Amino acid sequence: MSATAVAPRLHGLRRRRLTVLLALLACVAVAVVLSVTIGSKPVPLADAWHAITAPTGTENDIVIRSLRLPRTALGILAGIALGVAGALMQGHTRNPLADPGLLGVTQGAAFAMVSSIILLGASSLLVHIWYGLAGALVASVAVFALGMVGGRGGPTPVTLALAGTAVSALLYALTSTIVLLDEQAMDVFRFWQAGSIASRGGEVVWQVLPFVLAGLVLALVNAPGLNALSLGEDVARGLGQNVGRTRAVGVAAVTLLSGAAVAACGSLAFIGLIVPHLVRPLSGTDHRWLLPFSGLVGAALLLIADVVGRVVAPPGELEVGVVLALLGAPFFVALVRRRKPVRL
Amino acid sequence: MTALPLRIGALSWRVRPRAVTLTVTGLVLLVLLMALNMRIGDLELTLPEVLTATFDVDSAAHFVIMELRLPRALTGALVGAALALSGAIIQSIARNPLASPEILGVTTGASVTVVAGLVAGGSAYGTVTGLLATLGVPALALLGGLLGAAVVYGLAWRRGLDGYRLVLVGIGVAAVFTNVKFWLLTVGDVNDTARAMVWISGSLNGRGWEHVTPTALALAVLVPLTLLGTRSLDALRFGDDTVTGLGVRMNPARALLVLAAVLLAAVATASAGPIAFVALASPQIALRLVRSDRPPLLCSAVVGAVLTTAADLIARTVFSPIELPVGIVTAVLGAPYLIHLIWRSRK
Repeated sequence: MSATAVAPRLHGLRRRRLTVLLALLACVAVAVVLSVTIGSKPVPLADAWHAITAPTGTENDIVIRSLRLPRTALGILAGIALGVAGALMQGHTRNPLADPGLLGVTQGAAFAMVSSIILLGASSLLVHIWYGLAGALVASVAVFALGMVGGRGGPTPVTLALAGTAVSALLYALTSTIVLLDEQAMDVFRFWQAGSIASRGGEVVWQVLPFVLAGLVLALVNAPGLNALSLGEDVARGLGQNVGRTRAVGVAAVTLLSGAAVAACGSLAFIGLIVPHLVRPLSGTDHRWLLPFSGLVGAALLLIADVVGRVVAPPGELEVGVVLALLGAPFFVALVRRRKPVRL
Repeated sequence: MTALPLRIGALSWRVRPRAVTLTVTGLVLLVLLMALNMRIGDLELTLPEVLTATFDVDSAAHFVIMELRLPRALTGALVGAALALSGAIIQSIARNPLASPEILGVTTGASVTVVAGLVAGGSAYGTVTGLLATLGVPALALLGGLLGAAVVYGLAWRRGLDGYRLVLVGIGVAAVFTNVKFWLLTVGDVNDTARAMVWISGSLNGRGWEHVTPTALALAVLVPLTLLGTRSLDALRFGDDTVTGLGVRMNPARALLVLAAVLLAAVATASAGPIAFVALASPQIALRLVRSDRPPLLCSAVVGAVLTTAADLIARTVFSPIELPVGIVTAVLGAPYLIHLIWRSRK
């Protein structure tokens, strides 16, 4: 094909991607509106706007400001973080089964939280989150270090994935032991494992925000390098890529993003695993598009699942992790069946 | 890698000396571990005492050996072998080192039905004895495992079985089962939750001959079948297009192997719960020991049996009198060893 014929096609692709980007942004906006207004006490849109811009201390104002807004904000943050982290992780391991938990992040956080309960008697949510974050960071650094031993330009996808699984299994086993021996730890653990963004409060949002922002910056920086790596490590090296550094930046981004999300919301494995597969037919395999699309779809999916969880089981609520699986998986399976999935 | 040809009539295999040596060594190790398992417990016996007690029907030790320790040890070894073999098949078909029976919906399906049974039955379930107590949970597990596999298989089937689609559908379905399982754990009473946690970690506590027989039968039928299927696995590794070019009829061969993997995992899970990590790690450990490029089936099974038996020995003794679920110990033992092998193979 001649160069003159390629240019318009690329132009068309770019336009199509921009259209998709706008559509996804609109989806997130709709999800935010639903998340703020719908719940056990429905709040009209006008009242919600009023609560945000000029609160006067009415009941609706309090509901919106102290409950709904923090919950929605956390949903957006966690959804973006997990979606982007999932796409990064699958790109780096070239494995369709990879999710952010693969680095040991999830089990590292769980182990740190559960041990803080029995060793230190930690009981407040904020303290748990800090332990969870620390555990997530330490575990994923350990996994990366293990995968990297042997040098030669950093860990290969397979060793990284296997080291992650091995460390996760080890940490899960230790967590299970503690949980089986201590009833209080079991009680915290089972709710954490189900995953939720409810009643976390505004403070939590501010605490995890810096980690998520740092992770997103690293992810965007990582995108071109990851594109080169997906051509194969040798080709990437030939193109002048520093393979080890690219992997390290990617792992740092995954760690920050998923560590923050997991510490704040518990285990929400589903989003990171499945969102990238949903997004690839729209974005193609170019990570400069795949990553932002995955973040937006992750946020919209998490918020909508949370809203559904609030309304399906009155007067109680269904944990968002459960709703995500029940809603998202059939959708995902239908998509995988209908068209040929984009291979990694 | 040197490989010697082995011919029986029209069939031929490549036999790797290294794999044979390792399989034999593994079997010897397994026998030693089983012997140790016979000796240790509330009633400590020496090896000669074990032997005499085995044949002296009237002794008290005879009951301990033949009704408690031997069936338990055999269940562990057989279940470990079955899970590992299942994992080796799935990893070969999916060409993915992270694939395990969870992907096929077997262990996750079984976990959901059993947790549902334990939570719905509530504490009352714990007081049920007799037939329901021995058969209820394994029956639920088998049913759930096969149902889970049927769901994955049915949803992935579309004018044939595409390995990649199978894996993707598998992760979707497994995610649902796993989340529902944890949701059921939050709904239940904390005591029932703890009991369910023990089951979903995999446990060999109180396993008897009724657990040995089905697993042994499944292995006796499925191992020869699987070894016949290895020839098509060898071809599958080259990728779908090449395979079709080589004239291997891909879908029947693949479907048969998937079915074998499902049955192995389902029977094993029904007997001892989804013992974590054995199915995933054993093939990877065997692969690195044999230094082959895809999981060697028989060798993986032996590694699985050794890993599970060693783990049960530790589960029974280390925190005695408290007994840990064996699945926790398999991970604690297997994970560092797998890490060590990964670490060494990179140097």
